[in-house]
Order: sequence, then structure tokens, then C-alpha cells
Amino acid sequence: MNWLSDFVRPKIKKIATKDIADNLWTKCPQCGKMLFNKELEKNDFICSGCDHHLRLPLDRRFSMLFDNGEYKLITLPKLQEDPLNFKDSKKYTDRLRSYRKNTGNDDAIKVAQGEIGGITCIIAALDFGFMGGSMGTVVGEGIVKAGDIAVRGGYPLITIAASGGARMQEGILSLMQMARTTAAVNMVKEKGLPFISIMTDPTTGGVSASFAMLGDVNIAEKGCVIGFAGARVIEQTIREKLPEGFQKAEYLKEHGMVDIVTRRPEMRKTLIRVISILTHRQPQIKQLAIESK
Amino acid sequence: MNTSTNTLILDFEKTIFEIETKIESLKYLAQDENVDISQEVTRLQHKLEKQMRASYSNLSPWQKSQVARHPSRPHCLDYVHALIEDFTPLSGDRCFADDEAMVGGIGRFQGVSVVVLGQEKGHDIESRVRYNFGMAKPEGYRKAQRLMDMANKFNMPVIAFVDTSGAFPGVEAEARGQAEAIASSIEKCLQINVPIISVVIGEGGSGGAIAIATANRVLMLEHSIYSVISPEGCASILWRSADKVKEATEALKLTAQDLRRLGVIDEIIAEPVGGAHRNPAQTIERVGECIAKHLKELMAQSRDEIKKRRTEKFLRMGRHFAESK
Ligand SMILES: [Zn+2]
Repeated sequence: MNWLSDFVRPKIKKIATKDIADNLWTKCPQCGKMLFNKELEKNDFICSGCDHHLRLPLDRRFSMLFDNGEYKLITLPKLQEDPLNFKDSKKYTDRLRSYRKNTGNDDAIKVAQGEIGGITCIIAALDFGFMGGSMGTVVGEGIVKAGDIAVRGGYPLITIAASGGARMQEGILSLMQMARTTAAVNMVKEKGLPFISIMTDPTTGGVSASFAMLGDVNIAEKGCVIGFAGARVIEQTIREKLPEGFQKAEYLKEHGMVDIVTRRPEMRKTLIRVISILTHRQPQIKQLAIESK
Repeated sequence: MNTSTNTLILDFEKTIFEIETKIESLKYLAQDENVDISQEVTRLQHKLEKQMRASYSNLSPWQKSQVARHPSRPHCLDYVHALIEDFTPLSGDRCFADDEAMVGGIGRFQGVSVVVLGQEKGHDIESRVRYNFGMAKPEGYRKAQRLMDMANKFNMPVIAFVDTSGAFPGVEAEARGQAEAIASSIEKCLQINVPIISVVIGEGGSGGAIAIATANRVLMLEHSIYSVISPEGCASILWRSADKVKEATEALKLTAQDLRRLGVIDEIIAEPVGGAHRNPAQTIERVGECIAKHLKELMAQSRDEIKKRRTEKFLRMGRHFAESK
């Protein structure tokens, strides 16, 4: 399978992202508690004070979900960069370059293949750290590629959203990715293969209004923000305070938009259960996801 | 030429408006006094024509955005009433409500039974409020899905008139799943196997537009716009300044001409000189002709092909640059 690139073994020590490694402490954005980074990392980036789920590096996300923390990253084809020749206060190409340098990733998506409970699955995950996880043509390409491999191999597809929405710097082409990614997941669904959408903080705008909302089963990570319009835009439109818990995972579940809200440490177990039931298989849980020690 | 409806004068239209006013007042004078004005009127009309050609052949993206949003521009229901025989509006999403911002119904287009969808902006304060300024709520997108299912069941093509600044942003809309409604509407567009033709007649605003524009053919009027975000929204987010709206409009590449170059739309429909708002009847006629041409081509395809080609087209969006090289 020529789209498979290097075999990745999780290197736990290198998992911490740069910006966190630079400092010893992180302040919980919800309760304000100062969290010792090593502790935070060990605790799956969950605040020990208020159980707030902080954002998780992609590699860590993958190693938490796949059996033995083992997976293969899939190489995405190169696309023409900056098709609009976009420039605001900064050139889009310069922005891309600096995000690539800081994240070590080409764009806001990674696609991986591995086993979950002994069942081979494809995961396409968005990286909020790369331009807010915004969806442009490369993210679209990743979802299409993931869908394509799922269909060819007969594998379940899992997407993990973490995105502010469409990538404005790609103009209309970013809007087109809503239809494109929808076509990709629809391809998987029409084959009778499970498509599981995991929503993490945040899942908004063009990503929530396309593939992320279309899972056979929608699973949201506890406390994450999910919505179409931004809270500020809504506040400006209606000129009133937003209700308590508005656009949080639990609010979405209450309103019938997601099936399951789960804490991060239980995500793997939830996935195994759902996927094995939908594929009529007994999960072979060889070993739980790698312990984060 | 109908000038009386042009209540809004765009900044680049001042000279045009001056000439139009002169012609009107000459005609008015001639009613009372027995003077022969025909020569002067002809001269002025030539001048007007020349001026309009000059202004309108060279509109900047920001000027086009203004034309696209011109309140006197023909709106969805103008097209529906002129082009669709026996138009029968159908209401409701069968879950919660009827959303009047989303026009939906059945009728005949040149003898062919069709389903019609579109956003209506309204033409005066009262109707604008009624149509919520063309901003549909989840129930509007769910009505669209219901009618697309009906189109599929009875083998009827779908014709959609896109004209919205975007889906409605509000607490209630979020509570009822605006994101899900749009996502499912896009998905429905991809699932049915009857032709879908979408025409951007004014403003194609983001997710609210593509929800009914994931079509076999996407057509755009010459001075309409279609964008991932409004120029104002883009200016305030990326430039952090509302004053930068012209720059944002340029950068977004949202004109029909840009979209054609980017391979996102299939055809541009020429507007009458001076824009659609100066001659709605001719605009509507041209739109009708263009829909008819594409519909004929699509109806020659098998139903499987209709669906397959639409999916393939959208799966390629963004990859097509690499492929064309
Ligand atoms: Zn906390």
C-alpha cells in the first residue's frame, strides 16, 4: 500500500508540544488552576482541579486510541499551495511556513491507520494547533484520502474534529471542502461501513456544518464547544446573553445532535464498543492504549 | 428602462443616475409643454448606455458585492413566478416549523415537473422581516431536504435559486441544530440521483448557500458573488478592521469571474447593461434560457450518472489544479 508512510511508534517523551515544554506550568483556562506540565501530560491533558479537557497534541490523540499506541501515518498527495494568492496583513504562504515550522506538520490534518480493539480503522484528525484546525483544500484532501482507504479496505472511518471552521485564506475553495468532505464520508456510509465522528474542542463553522455532524454515531468529548455560528456573532445578532452551557457538548446532546458525550480517558473504550457492535465483531482488546507514564 | 425602482444609488452609479434623472425630467416637461425632446432624449440615452457599459464592464469586486446585494435586484420569487408554471409552494419540515426564508415547492419548468428551492430576501421592510432577510434556519434546510427526497422519489430535477447572506445565526437556530441541518442538506444534495441546477442570483453566503448549491451545475449571474465568508466578516477577522472591507473583498476572490477561473462554477450568465436591477425581466429570461440548456444536457444522463458525476465533481474540488497541470 503505497500511501502508507513511516511506521510510527509513540515516543512518549517527545509527546509534549513545544510551547508547553517551554514552560513548566499551564494555567487551566476554565478554573485557573496552575497545572504542572508533567502532571498534566500524565493526566491526558485534563485539569486535575475541574476536569476541564485541554487541547491534546495529535500524536498523543492517536496513541491513546489505537491498540498498543501503534499506527501508521498516511502520506497525503501534494496540492497546489495558496491557489488564491491570498494576503492580508501577512501572506498566506508565510503563515503556512511558520505554522509548518512550529507544528512540524504540513497542514491541519493527519490521517492514520491502525487497529482499535483488533479492528483495522482509519482515523483522520484535525490539528487545532495548525491555523485553528481550519479546513482548506489539504484538510479536504485528507478526509477524501481517509474515506478512500476506508472504502477500499472495508474499514470503519473515524474523524476527529478540532476546528474553528473553513480556512478563509482559501476563499471559495475552502467552502467547497464542506461539500467535498461530505461526499467523502457519504461514500463510506453508502458502503455500509461505520463512520464515527468524534468532536473535540472546538468543532464549529464549516467543519461542524459538514462531515463532523454526519457520523452514524456522533461522539463529543466532554465540555467541548460545538456549533455553527460563533458565540460572538450570535450575541451581536440577538443582543442578549447566551444561555448557560450554550454550544457545549452536553448542550448538543440535550438537543439531540450528538449521541454520546464522553471523558477523554473513556474515548477508546467507547469507540471499541461502538465499532465492534456495528461491524458484528467481538473486540479483541489485546491491550489498552499505551499508558501515559 | 425602469429607473423608478432604483431607490438605492450605488456610489459608482452617480453619473448614471444623473443622466437617468435628466431623461426623466425631460420626458416630464414634454408632457406639459409642446416641445420636441426626442433628439435630446436619444442623445442622452446614448450617453447613458455608454456610461453604463463603461461602469459595469469594469466593476471592482467590492462594487460587484454592492450590485449583488442591490435591493431592487430580482429575488428568488421573481424568478419562480416568471419561470415556473403552476408553482405550488410546499411548507414545513414536518418537525418544527415552516421557514419562509427558504422557498420550496413544485411546479413546471418549460413543461418539466421540477422541485424549486431558494432563499428569498424580500423587497420591502415587511417582506424582509417575513423572509428573515433570506437567512434560513434549520427548519428551512430540513424543508429543503424533504423536498429533495420528493424530487428523487418522483424523478423531478431540482432548481435552486441561491441568494442569502448566510444561514441565520441565533440561539434558537443553534439549539435546533443549524450545523446538522446544513450538513445534512449538503449530504442530501449528494445522495439524490436527479439533476440539481443551482443559480447564484445575488449573494451566495457560505454554508447557508452551499447547502442548496452542491449541484450538478452551478450557474452565476455576472455580478453576483459567492463566498466562504462575507467581506465584512473577513475584514473584521483577518484585518481586525471594518475599514478593510474592500481589501477583503479583493482577496476573497468571490466574483463570478474568479469562481469560473477557479473551476468552482460552470457558467456565468450575462446581466443586462447596468445590472440585473435595471432590467429584471431580461435577467430572468436569460437565467431561464441557461437553466434550460443545462437541464437538457443533464436529462440526457442516466440517474446513476447524475449522482456519480456530481459526487466526483465535488470530490475533486481543490485537487483539480494539480490535475490540470
Ligand atoms: Zn481546571
